[in-house]
Amino acid sequence: MPKKVVSGNYAAAYAVKHARVEVVAAYPITPQTSIIEKIAEFIANGEVENLQYVPVESEHSAMAACIGASATGARTFTATSAQGLALMHEMLHWAAGARLPIVMVDVNRAMAPPWSVWDDQTDSLSQRDTGWLQFYAENNQEVYDGVLMAFKIAEHEKVNLPVMIVESAFILSHTYDVVDMPEQEEIDEFLPPRKPLYTLTDFENPFSVGALGTPADYYEFRYKIAKAMEEAKKVIKEVGKEYGERFGRDYSQMIELYRTDDAEIVFMGMGSLMGTVKEAVDILRSEGYKVGAAKVRWFRPFPREELYELAKNVEGIAVLDRNFSFGQEGILFNEAKGVLYNTDARPIMKNYIVGLGGRDLTVNDVKAIAKNMKEIIEKGKLDREIEWYHLKR
Amino acid sequence: MNTLFGEKKAKAEKLVFKSVDEYPEAPITLGTTLLNFTGDWRTFMPVVDESKCIRCYICWKFCPEPAIYIKEDGHVAIDYDYCKGCGICANECPTKAITMVREEK
Ligand code: SF4
Ligand code: SF4
Repeated sequence: MPKKVVSGNYAAAYAVKHARVEVVAAYPITPQTSIIEKIAEFIANGEVENLQYVPVESEHSAMAACIGASATGARTFTATSAQGLALMHEMLHWAAGARLPIVMVDVNRAMAPPWSVWDDQTDSLSQRDTGWLQFYAENNQEVYDGVLMAFKIAEHEKVNLPVMIVESAFILSHTYDVVDMPEQEEIDEFLPPRKPLYTLTDFENPFSVGALGTPADYYEFRYKIAKAMEEAKKVIKEVGKEYGERFGRDYSQMIELYRTDDAEIVFMGMGSLMGTVKEAVDILRSEGYKVGAAKVRWFRPFPREELYELAKNVEGIAVLDRNFSFGQEGILFNEAKGVLYNTDARPIMKNYIVGLGGRDLTVNDVKAIAKNMKEIIEKGKLDREIEWYHLKR
Repeated sequence: MNTLFGEKKAKAEKLVFKSVDEYPEAPITLGTTLLNFTGDWRTFMPVVDESKCIRCYICWKFCPEPAIYIKEDGHVAIDYDYCKGCGICANECPTKAITMVREEK
């Protein structure tokens, strides 16, 4: 298998090339820009055929262009970050509502002000309710694999919903790493051309997209999206398993469990910070701590069932949120705690707000969090539910 | 007035989805513009003067609602159940064959 040393953004661009994407809407925003630059380079060098590159004047237009292109049946891609993603918000609802399997990479970046270009998950998590599936990549390999799988999942006849692949600003987007890329023929076998649910270029049977949904009809279409999200769980597992069988990296689990079999304390989180956490788990294990990591790969659809299973055998879950919902708590914490409320297994859960706006989470931080969790479990009582871990005091 | 009107309403009747499984997967071509009688939004109603009409069908193309018909004799007719009274047809008609008249209710 060919290996390349690439940044997270280039990994995404290569996956777009290998997926034989037909339309890319391009608007630059830091730190996403090098994705669309690399795609432009592929076109300039004649390395891709049949790819329409649409430069647009804003992110709102980028998503509008994707919606139009996808409605004609084309395999469609774009990428964005932070304020750009926020500007797309209205169109994100539109893409999911019209059941268009657009794939987008969001490079997680903190929302301004204060102006920031560094990592933070609040931008993508703010789009939680738009009907997009969300996958959080831990490393460059997962960015590449995630984009390839995303097209297959999004375009599956039972799904037909857009997918967001999320990677962290600079930590992945601009950092180089070895990425394994299958041969083009193998990818073509895994990912055949798209079979659209409908296409605007069907001139024999004209129809309207975005028709008026009166109170007599709107409700049923919302239910259909809800059902497709549930179906997507099965499709994600199937596609993840197939990907493993073909290319050796298995993604059949929506939550990746790391050394959790006999773990008392589990660190739960999403994205690149989980690489650090896994390393800390190894060190803590060698020091006698029974700890493990649960990396939530898919945030939408939310892996309820996997979480039920995990919670059965652990005493405490430390949820590490690189995001915050003002007036409430970390968003992953909020969701995970909500899922477990009606189950018998209710481990002690504590929310650690970490790494906002690109602040580092180090192995030593994770070790300190483990010690804090151990004390809490011994006392059987939380010191506080939400801790702003890095706060200068 | 014209049999076409009746046909449209019959078609609209058929488009009522009775269970969630009958709905298409994506919200395309719901026929809801047929079921939605926009006629009661109207204050001014378009009236066609056939003696001035040159049968160019510009009004038919511009009407934003399913409200204008081409009759068998080639003239245009307005289905007031769908005409919302926007006045686009009157504005676009090159021969001023359509006038907007305040409607007595
Ligand atoms: S007034 Fe408007 S809605 Fe009525 S027929 Fe004319 S263009 Fe159509
Ligand atoms: S635009 Fe005027 S002239 Fe043309 S068809 Fe309509 S009513 Fe007749």
